[in-house]
Amino acid sequence: MTMRLIRKNIQYILIPFALGLFLALWQMVVVVNRYPMFILPTPGQVVASWIDNWQNGIIPRHLGLTLCEIGLGFGIALAFAVSVGYLLAKSPLLEKIVSPYIIATQAMPIVAIAPLVIIWINTGAVQNALIAALITFFPMLVNTIVGVRSVRPEYRDLMRSYSASAWQVFAKLELPAALPIFFGGVRVGVTLSVIGVVVVELLWADRGLGFLLNFARGQLDTPLMFATVATLSLMAIGLYLSVVILERILIRWRRNVQ
Amino acid sequence: MNNQTLIQIEAVSKQYGPARGGVLALREVSLDIRAGEFLSIIGPSGCGKTTLLKMLGDLLKPSAGYIRVKGKTPADSRRARDCGIVFQTPTLMEWRSIARNIELPLEIVGAPRGERARRALELLDLIRLREFAARYPHELSVGMQQRVAIARALAYQPSILLMDEPFGSLDEMTRERLGQDLLDVWQRARVTIVFVTHSVGEAVRLSDRVAVMSPRPGRIERVIEVDLPRPRPAELRELPRYWELLREVRAALRLNG
Ligand SMILES: Nc1ncnc2c1ncn2[C@@H]1O[C@H](COP(=O)(O)OP(=O)(O)O)[C@@H](O)[C@H]1O
Ligand SMILES: [Mg+2]
Repeated sequence: MTMRLIRKNIQYILIPFALGLFLALWQMVVVVNRYPMFILPTPGQVVASWIDNWQNGIIPRHLGLTLCEIGLGFGIALAFAVSVGYLLAKSPLLEKIVSPYIIATQAMPIVAIAPLVIIWINTGAVQNALIAALITFFPMLVNTIVGVRSVRPEYRDLMRSYSASAWQVFAKLELPAALPIFFGGVRVGVTLSVIGVVVVELLWADRGLGFLLNFARGQLDTPLMFATVATLSLMAIGLYLSVVILERILIRWRRNVQ
Repeated sequence: MNNQTLIQIEAVSKQYGPARGGVLALREVSLDIRAGEFLSIIGPSGCGKTTLLKMLGDLLKPSAGYIRVKGKTPADSRRARDCGIVFQTPTLMEWRSIARNIELPLEIVGAPRGERARRALELLDLIRLREFAARYPHELSVGMQQRVAIARALAYQPSILLMDEPFGSLDEMTRERLGQDLLDVWQRARVTIVFVTHSVGEAVRLSDRVAVMSPRPGRIERVIEVDLPRPRPAELRELPRYWELLREVRAALRLNG
């Protein structure tokens, strides 16, 4: 009985165990090789720096700004992907005309457009968000199109036989039918928006976690760099998990399928 | 057209694609369907049965000829919600419980919640699946799902049920049982049923009349009156008349010899 319980939940035991092992090895490497702190700090030094910079408000401030930019960028990308994706899904002709341009935005190196965006829009947070949106919208757009197109024609016939309005077809058929595929895009999208914002911040922002990383590097404050990276990772994991949880709530019926 | 005629199909043709190089699916099909009858349409695969049924439900427009459903054009009849449709596959929405699937057409009509729930229970009783009200489609067998689809088609009390090979994907035993169930529903709900099938036995067992179609371009070859007693006796297969009718339908399909 207990053995079975352990075997079933083995992952929850092994994951912290692996983390502990990793931290111990890290500590050992630093101690054995006597690395100076600016090359490789110990896990303890990183945690100390993290607590320090959390308490003096530096990390929370930059984290807050980065989160705002991600939220804004992701929101813009989402709104664009859903509205344009829905239109393109409904009109193959429109899709043929528009898709080369959309693919072009993906083929262009994003960093090359960024300076232009910065010339046009001069509010830091908004420009960062826009650049992030540019690399975020694509997977969500594609999955919106694929999701809406996944509705089988019999279902459309069914709704037509009820004389359902366009809105009813959307709300009662297309939206729920597209959700599982759509969420695949959202999962990728949320990850990309984190990457987008952080890269832009790294390159030319004066605030945000990306900037903090750059700043710490300039100061040779390696523990702060590690603490910032850890904050970023936790934030990204948190965002991803919230998408997964939202997906679970919205697509409850799927859990029992198979 | 006499006063019994519910659906009038007059010289209807259907051409898919351009006149040259396209497919002529139906050529000048004429048929009157009577109020309250159980009419089967039988014919070889690809002869245009689905096409014909879809035109009755205004899911397709005829290329020529005209259709009147209760004296209205198919479009008006669709808006008046005269017809419920059952497809070959159950076409249930996997994200809705069984009861909510049955309520779907009522939701679209804008029926109040209480009435929807009451009607769904009534229909669940009719198809004897009441205990599955809160389950989801994937928890039911395909045969049960098809019964749900029939209940859903009846939800807003249409006077006509259009069924496109509804039992086509089921095994023989389930198929026969569902046929019996359908006769039951037909008698109790007092609807007219237009039933597409490719099974000769099923057509004869269930119908008042069987319309036999020729291969593409489809035409109505013959309409055969099934003068077997109602309700159909369990020992139908012991009646000589049953076998005669089977032979007649098979002959019209050119399956004999
Ligand atoms: N959307 C379509 N476009 C072109 N041809 C079609 C289309 N739908 C059906 N057909 C053709 O019309 C003929 C009749 O089809 P259908 O009505 O589905 O036949 P059945 O239901 O009797 O098997 C077939 O030859 C089929 O290939
Ligand atoms: Mg067919």
